[in-house]
Amino acid sequence: MPRVRTTVDGVTYEGEVEARLLLTHYLRDRLGKVGTPIGCDTSNCGACTVLLDGMSVKSCTMLAVQADGSEITTIEGLDGQAAASANGEAAGHPVQKAFREFHALQCGYCTPGMIMAAVDLLRDNPDPSDTEIREGLEGNLCRCTGYVNIVRAVQSAAAELRGTPS
Amino acid sequence: MIPAKFSYVRPESLDEAVQALDGAGEDTKVLAGGQSLLPLLRLRLAYPEAIVDLTRLGELRGVRDEGGHLWIGSGTTHHELIRDPLVRQHAGLLAQTAATVADPAVRHRGTLGGSLAHADPAADLPATVLTLDGELVVRGPGGERTIPASSFFVDYLTSVLRPAEILTGIRIPKTWGGWNFHYEKFCRTAQSWAIVGVAAAVRRSDGAVAEARLGLTNMGSTPLRAQAVEAAVQSSAPGSHDALRAAAASADDGTSPPSDLHGQADYRRHLVRVLTARALITASRL
Repeated sequence: MPRVRTTVDGVTYEGEVEARLLLTHYLRDRLGKVGTPIGCDTSNCGACTVLLDGMSVKSCTMLAVQADGSEITTIEGLDGQAAASANGEAAGHPVQKAFREFHALQCGYCTPGMIMAAVDLLRDNPDPSDTEIREGLEGNLCRCTGYVNIVRAVQSAAAELRGTPS
Repeated sequence: MIPAKFSYVRPESLDEAVQALDGAGEDTKVLAGGQSLLPLLRLRLAYPEAIVDLTRLGELRGVRDEGGHLWIGSGTTHHELIRDPLVRQHAGLLAQTAATVADPAVRHRGTLGGSLAHADPAADLPATVLTLDGELVVRGPGGERTIPASSFFVDYLTSVLRPAEILTGIRIPKTWGGWNFHYEKFCRTAQSWAIVGVAAAVRRSDGAVAEARLGLTNMGSTPLRAQAVEAAVQSSAPGSHDALRAAAASADDGTSPPSDLHGQADYRRHLVRVLTARALITASRL
C-alpha cells in the first residue's frame, strides 16, 4: 500500500493508506478530524472543504495519496490554539468569530466548509465586494440561511483581518 | 461512496508515465486534476484497475512563449490559467472561460489538459481551445504528435488519444492580438455545467465586425464551431447589435444538441442562437 506523510493542523502523520481512500475519509476516520463533514459526496456542496497547502479543495474529490507531502488545515486547526480566552469568551479565527457573531448559520452542517472557503477567499481578496463574496463561495451550498448573514459575516471578518473593524 | 479498488502509480517523469501506461492494461485511467475522475470513481461509474497519477509531473506545468505560439502545460490548473500573464495577453478567452468553470476549490485542482482529455461536450474549455485554433501535443510510446483541436474530439467523452498516450501541452497560436473575446455560459446554478456555452472571438475593422470565431459547448457529442455564423459575419460585416443578432440566427446549423433533464434539444437550439448573439455583442464592444 502507498505511504502518505501529511501535516494536518500542525501535526505530522505518516502511514500506509489504501490507494482508493478519499482524503475526507482519511481525515475523519484515520485522524479523527470529524470537524470536516461529508455533505453531498458528489463534489457539489463544499461541506468537506479544507485548505491544502493554503488553497481550498473539496476533500471528497481527492485521494489521500495525492495529499502526500502536503500541509492540510481543517476547521479544527484554523485557530492555532482553540482554547478559551481568559474572560471565558471562546477563541477562534476572525472568520469563525464573525460567523458566530452574525449568526451565519442555522443547522451548521455547511459551516466548516463555508468558513474554510471564506478564509481562502480573503487570502486571495482581502477587501471583497458582496458579489465577490457570493462568487467566491459559489462552491459551498447552505440550505438554511439564504446566505445573507454569511455574506455579512465574511465582510466583518474581512474588515477585522484588514485591521479596519466595520 | 468509496471507489472500487485500483492499483496506483505516481510516476516521477513523463517517460516513466508513458511507460507505466504502455505496460498497463487497457483498463487504466490517467489522473490529472481529478475533478471529473474522482466523482466518477466515487459513484462507481468508472472502476479502472489502475490509475496513473500525473499531478506531480513538473514537465506538464507552466506556460511558455515559444515564438509563434503559446505552450500551456496540460497540468496547468484553471486557477493558474485565470491569472497567468501570458495567457491573459495572448489567449484571454482561455482565462475568461476558465473563470466560469465550477467553483474556486475545483479550479484549484482541475486542469486544462484533464478537461480536454476527458472530452465532455458540456465542459467549457474544449470549445474555447477549438475557437482559438489550438493544437494538442501528445506523447506516447512511439514519440510525440500534434493534433489540431478540430480533429481531437471524436464523440461523447472520446478523443483520438490512444491508451498509452498522454496529453502534455496545448499550443495556442499568437495570432489573437487584435481580437476581443467573450465566453457566454448559461447554467441552472452558479457552479453547474453549461446547458449551452458559446466562446466568441471577434475582430473589428472600420466600426464593424470583420471576422468572428465561435465555439459551442454542449450542442452535440463534441465541441463544435458555429461555421454558418462565422461565414455570415464574414460576408455581412455586421456593424450593429441587430446585424449581429441576424448573423447569430444560424448558430444551431449543423448541431445535434442532446435532450436531458436540463433541457430538450429544441430548447438548446433556441438558447444557442440567443447566447451567440449575446457573445458576439459583448465581444464586439459595439
